[in-house]
Amino acid sequence: MTLTEQRPAPSEQQSSITAGRLGRPRHIAVVAGAVVLGAVTWLPAGSVNWARWIVVTLVAYCVGIYVASRVVEGRRQALDRLMLAVVTSCFLIVVFPLVSLVWTVVERGSNRFDTTFFTETMRGVVGEGGGAYHAIIGTLIVTGLATLMSVPFGLFTAIYLAEYGHGTKLAKAIQSMVDVMTGIPSIVAGLFAYALFELFFGAGTRSGMAGAVALTVLMTPVVVRAAEEMLRLVPDELREAAYALGVPKWKVIVKIVLPTAIAGLITGVVLAIARVIGETAPLLVTVGLAQGVNWNPFDGRMTTLPVFTYYQYVQPGLPPEAGQDRSWAAALTLVLIVMVLFSIARILSTALKPKGLK
Amino acid sequence: MTMSDQQATTRPTGEELPDMTDRLDTPTANRVSASRHDLPTGPDNRIVVESLNIYYSEFLAVKDVNMVIEPRSVTALIGPSGCGKSTFIRSLNRMHEVITGAHVKGAVFVDGENLYGPGVDPVAVRRKVGMVFQRPNPFPTMSIADNVLAGKRLNSKRFGKGEADALVEQSLRGANLWDEVKDRLDKPGSGLSGGQQQRLCIARAIAVEPEILLMDEPCSALDPISTLAIEQLMNELKSTYTIVIVTHNMQQAARVSQRTAFFTIDGTGQPGYVVEMDDTDVMFSNPKQQSTIDYVTGRFG
Amino acid sequence: MTITDTPPDARPSPPPTEQTSKLGDRIFGGLSLGAGILILVTLAAVALFLITEAWPTFGADASEFSGNKSFLSYVGPLLFGTIWAAFLALLIALPMAVAVALFISHYAPKRLAVTCGYFIDLLAAIPSVVFGIWGIAVLAPILSRSVFPWLEDNLGFLPFFAGPASTSGRTMMTAAVVLAVMILPIITAISREVFLQTPRLHEEASLALGATKWEMIRQAVIPYGRSGVISGAMLGLGRALGETMAVAIILSPADVFSFNTISNQNPNTIASNIALKFPESSGLEVNRLIATGLVLFAITFFVNALARKVSSAGFSGAAG
Repeated sequence: MTLTEQRPAPSEQQSSITAGRLGRPRHIAVVAGAVVLGAVTWLPAGSVNWARWIVVTLVAYCVGIYVASRVVEGRRQALDRLMLAVVTSCFLIVVFPLVSLVWTVVERGSNRFDTTFFTETMRGVVGEGGGAYHAIIGTLIVTGLATLMSVPFGLFTAIYLAEYGHGTKLAKAIQSMVDVMTGIPSIVAGLFAYALFELFFGAGTRSGMAGAVALTVLMTPVVVRAAEEMLRLVPDELREAAYALGVPKWKVIVKIVLPTAIAGLITGVVLAIARVIGETAPLLVTVGLAQGVNWNPFDGRMTTLPVFTYYQYVQPGLPPEAGQDRSWAAALTLVLIVMVLFSIARILSTALKPKGLK
Repeated sequence: MTMSDQQATTRPTGEELPDMTDRLDTPTANRVSASRHDLPTGPDNRIVVESLNIYYSEFLAVKDVNMVIEPRSVTALIGPSGCGKSTFIRSLNRMHEVITGAHVKGAVFVDGENLYGPGVDPVAVRRKVGMVFQRPNPFPTMSIADNVLAGKRLNSKRFGKGEADALVEQSLRGANLWDEVKDRLDKPGSGLSGGQQQRLCIARAIAVEPEILLMDEPCSALDPISTLAIEQLMNELKSTYTIVIVTHNMQQAARVSQRTAFFTIDGTGQPGYVVEMDDTDVMFSNPKQQSTIDYVTGRFG
Repeated sequence: MTITDTPPDARPSPPPTEQTSKLGDRIFGGLSLGAGILILVTLAAVALFLITEAWPTFGADASEFSGNKSFLSYVGPLLFGTIWAAFLALLIALPMAVAVALFISHYAPKRLAVTCGYFIDLLAAIPSVVFGIWGIAVLAPILSRSVFPWLEDNLGFLPFFAGPASTSGRTMMTAAVVLAVMILPIITAISREVFLQTPRLHEEASLALGATKWEMIRQAVIPYGRSGVISGAMLGLGRALGETMAVAIILSPADVFSFNTISNQNPNTIASNIALKFPESSGLEVNRLIATGLVLFAITFFVNALARKVSSAGFSGAAG
């Protein structure tokens, strides 16, 4: 007796596992219908209205696929298809502003992305021309100072949390406070730095250093978090092996733990820099704006790239396009810097990773 | 049915077993059919697997399975690790398809309908063929009652509280869990012991009234007492459902099943395949293939 | 690495190496402890300095300020504007973020998912001033041309769209949309993480019961990820509350309490108000601005504390 003869005839009373399937042709018909419906909304007017077309098409597709599936396949399948359509539509809708942002920055920023922009300041410039040289110097100085202050600060705090203060009440308190620090609005950090310098140097002080202090308040918790995580990842076996050889604790940390975690530490620092390099608000209130280069962080106002971007747009002078073009070019510079920093962080974290560690 | 005494006390050599060489040439299909008597006609939950080959993208994981699984009985799938038993059992409710690129060639007929036919919805297949997993997995955010009803809620339209309560009690009784949890039906399912959780999963599976129940090593994460409880449960369930169970434990297969299929694999990277399938007592006392003999007597695996 | 040999019989004086290592330990340990304590000091200083600077405001009479307003009536509309803008931003961003996170974790093909994840992380780092100028240069014209008139004509009976529709687009709605775009990456990143961590076992349990993909997501993924999504939403809310530059650039501010999202009369936010007024302020005005900053600090502190509470409490339920 062969297998085929053993197969009984399909039973009628049990539910069938074959439901109707929508099938590719019908699906394509729904898509086409939605696109046409979307086009109808702007066709009479003559000129293409992309936004309306896309929105109507997406909505029409969601409705259409639900109805079509409900008729052919059933309620549950229709809902499943609808959710797929909705989720994908949301994704596409979200992509639009983000792509628009990048596109606008690149397109408008490239107008003034020239050598003049990078070599000249705004001293004596009204209208066309000028550049952001002073702003770039300012950003480098202020961010550099902030990094110099926040890296040791953050690193030693992380070392305390990971190596010395494990589980103590103090460590818990510090961790909570670090969490609070990550939530400080950037303008509040700026106000704090302003108040601090006002106490020592009088009202109305503006200096690059004050800005650096504000940025330090913002950077340090990022450094602490990243560094603590990296230090915890270093296996205890390494430390124990060193202790067993009689190495003092501080040397264990400096010569064994830190080098093992160095990739993650540097990555954390780079990401912290990326986070603060575009901060405008705290620098507005502490560093202000200047027309030319100011090399002295301890005295007087200094222009930074984000503040330059802001003021060139909202106070462009005459003609406004010149100022706006400069603003976009500065914005493009900022975005590129952030992208470069991210890429460096990525490359470093893979290149410097010691073999055999997670 | 336990293994015969000669195997329990001594490891028989090839000479001590009855002479089987004359049966080695008969094809598996004929041997299978010859051991059943009248085949019931009409609707039943018989599974007929025809030339089933299971692929993960390009890789052939299980090759050329032909078998008949009789209704209202327990069929055990045994064999060494990695020989495709889990892959095969998952193909019976199309669960292997959750891995991207998994597909099959061949057919699996349930009541004459091919599960892999054109226009078949895998979701509908899984309503008909239920599954219990190796590790108990009640939904952690749901109460015991909600767990039992989880599958039913998906499949049916609204049903009233009375109907829901009745279904919960019926399913939990069917899983031999009612008396232990009837006072805490609204507590989370994760608060039970391992064996109770597994019985909850069984209750959840039978609440949707499948015809077939697949069990992928259901007791391997449980203690012996819970295992015994589940095995007794299987014995009761088989009067209503067709049960297929994958197990590493040969004694368990011998205890609970009426039919047993032995899977094996020739080496890593090779596809798994069925060596032999027969009534359980025959498989453990008088198997026909050499590799089956080797496995059940403990020579390998 | 030095190997200190300590013979069983005690020496009269410890060898030089021990002394330097003890000193090294003291210095190093001291530095670490000092840094940790400095964190506490810094936070205390922030609170202290802000309160000190803000104090004169509370004691001063309304007539001493420009506009003759008491502090409460000054900060009232600002506080309203801050919360209103952040609320609108979250309203727009949260469902979109959850949808995108679901798309990346469960619907998209692997390659696309990885690229999207990277892109989103990058977007979280774009400076807010860039979002601001994009908002006013690109988004505001689009909204004022296409969306506001439609809203005013069709839904104008609602107070939110009462109009008259602004032609410049510098409205609360534009600001809220830009804020939403800014906080979307944070919420998406956290939600995506949590959705990806749904145990395979529970997803398969759902599928084996005959659930469709969406039903599985509703049964296994979302309940598991709920607390993570909420905590991500609160973090996003915190960021929206404190956001300065985007609002400062986009909004055309007025001293009003208004739910109207498409008109030219919009309440400003605390942060944006400080950014706009601070550079030119002096004397008591500065104190008043800092006082509003203190209020902002208090709100964000509260929201972030709530977020931490939710995220730590929530996982105990899912992990069971």
